[in-house]
Amino acid sequence: MNEVSNEAATKAQAIPALQTRPETEASQAKISMRDLDFYYGDNRALKSINLDFPERQVTGLIGPSGCGKSTLLRCLNRMYDLYPGQRATGEAMMDGENIISPNIDLNALRSRIGMVFQKPTPFPMTIYDNIAFGVKLHERLSKAQMDERVEWSLARAALWDEVKDRLNTPAGGLSGGQQQRLCIARSIAVRPEVMLFDEPTSALDPISTLKVEELIDELKRDFTIAIVTHNMQQAARCADRVAFFYLGEMVEVGTAAQMFTSPRETRTQQYITGRFS
Amino acid sequence: MSTSILTTGHSGPAKDQAMARRLGERRKRTDRILLWLALLATLIGLAFLISILATLLWRGLAAMNLTVFTEVTRPPGSGGGLLNAIVGTLIQTGIGTLVGTPIGLLVGTYLAEYSQGTKLGGAVRFVSDILLSAPSILVGLFIYQLMVLPFGGFSGIAGAMALAVIVIPIVVRTTEDMLQLIPSTLREAAMALGAPKWKMVLLVCYPAVRPGLITGALLGVARIAGETAPLLFTSLGNLTWSTDLTQAMSSLPVTIYAYAGSPYEDWVDLAWTGALLITFGVLLINIIARYVLRQRR
Repeated sequence: MNEVSNEAATKAQAIPALQTRPETEASQAKISMRDLDFYYGDNRALKSINLDFPERQVTGLIGPSGCGKSTLLRCLNRMYDLYPGQRATGEAMMDGENIISPNIDLNALRSRIGMVFQKPTPFPMTIYDNIAFGVKLHERLSKAQMDERVEWSLARAALWDEVKDRLNTPAGGLSGGQQQRLCIARSIAVRPEVMLFDEPTSALDPISTLKVEELIDELKRDFTIAIVTHNMQQAARCADRVAFFYLGEMVEVGTAAQMFTSPRETRTQQYITGRFS
Repeated sequence: MSTSILTTGHSGPAKDQAMARRLGERRKRTDRILLWLALLATLIGLAFLISILATLLWRGLAAMNLTVFTEVTRPPGSGGGLLNAIVGTLIQTGIGTLVGTPIGLLVGTYLAEYSQGTKLGGAVRFVSDILLSAPSILVGLFIYQLMVLPFGGFSGIAGAMALAVIVIPIVVRTTEDMLQLIPSTLREAAMALGAPKWKMVLLVCYPAVRPGLITGALLGVARIAGETAPLLFTSLGNLTWSTDLTQAMSSLPVTIYAYAGSPYEDWVDLAWTGALLITFGVLLINIIARYVLRQRR
């Protein structure tokens, strides 16, 4: 934890603008949100969110249950489109395109922004087919190329050694932690640019949690990552920048070091020190 | 604090225990009475079931022999079997299932995956549920109006269609119920990879509930295999060998209906044998359905 904090602190010193004026970071931001509102029917769940997700960094979203952090994540890959009555307004620009726009090609967007859920969601098919499922949606590969892709993604998800001899067995037979890493492999197999993690370890044991956290740290070399977590230590360990949400508002954003050592807002401090949840 | 129940209580412990014992005994008596009532009701139910099955076995096996499967129905007193009825039932049940199951599957899929919050979805579900409990003779009359009167005669295909109409709501219900068991996170996971909805349904949702879908179809088969009323006005029954779908076609239930009420002893015996065949056929399908459902991982 100390290492991460120090590293983050050094980063924060190197780029002082990060702390005070995140909007000047737009050029480095992979995704930048401006005045994003989200509604469940008439209920406004997110209120004018302005937040940048810097490229190849981990942005942690923290806050009490129901504060809107998962909702924000689900805006980024338009997951809310599955449900009538849910809508977002405002801007979330990625490479000059507004993700929130109704004209955007959702399937293409989701091939660029992968997501890993709270509970492992293996498909009812073999381990191999789980990985191949996503790839086949967007690419035409030969058998050899597909084999290579499956191995590559499973290796990236630190699962290859455990499953290489049972690729053609049902994915349901894996342990919970293995299933979650399979889901991560399945997402990166599509070779997205952004990865969203929605409380990825809350259903896992400590060892599996550690593996997934190490994985996230390793993945940020190639992917822009956003992670929702209820676990402060996890946010401190994994995230470069942390945003604190409360009742649908983004209260504060800063480097992990700054957020956990000297938050500007009282509410942030109270939440971080466990005074409310 | 320390001067508690023992010193302040005005009823002695001995008196309380007697009361508790009395109450306890009353509870046990009530419990015993309820147990005996439940057992009695179970025995009555079982007695009917067993007596039906025993009579069926007794009377059905009496006339059971190879000619039942090798000979067609003949005039009374001249022997004969049930071959045309058995084959007719297989054909009509088969076609009815093949036609009804895909329609039911797609309607159930529409209800579970596509109709959220729409008025049409609610209406379809309501109508399908009504159809599920509609008297099957109404279905027979409907097909009679639709396929028998306009084409000038009873036909096997009309019988099969009547059975298909009965299968549809059964498969709709099981399909929708099964698909709704799928956690929404599984759908979201498929969509989050960029899958179009039809691929999510076809490649993720269907395999996830495949045993349930097969069970639904099998229950549909079991239901229509023994239906008589919808066939009375549609395929009518045929005393001779016929596999021509445009002609009247024999079937086990209709043959049983005709034979059991006849004054001829050998026909009545054959009716019992036919009933035995249907019952065990349906029983077998039900067992297979349960077995398939248990194959879930």
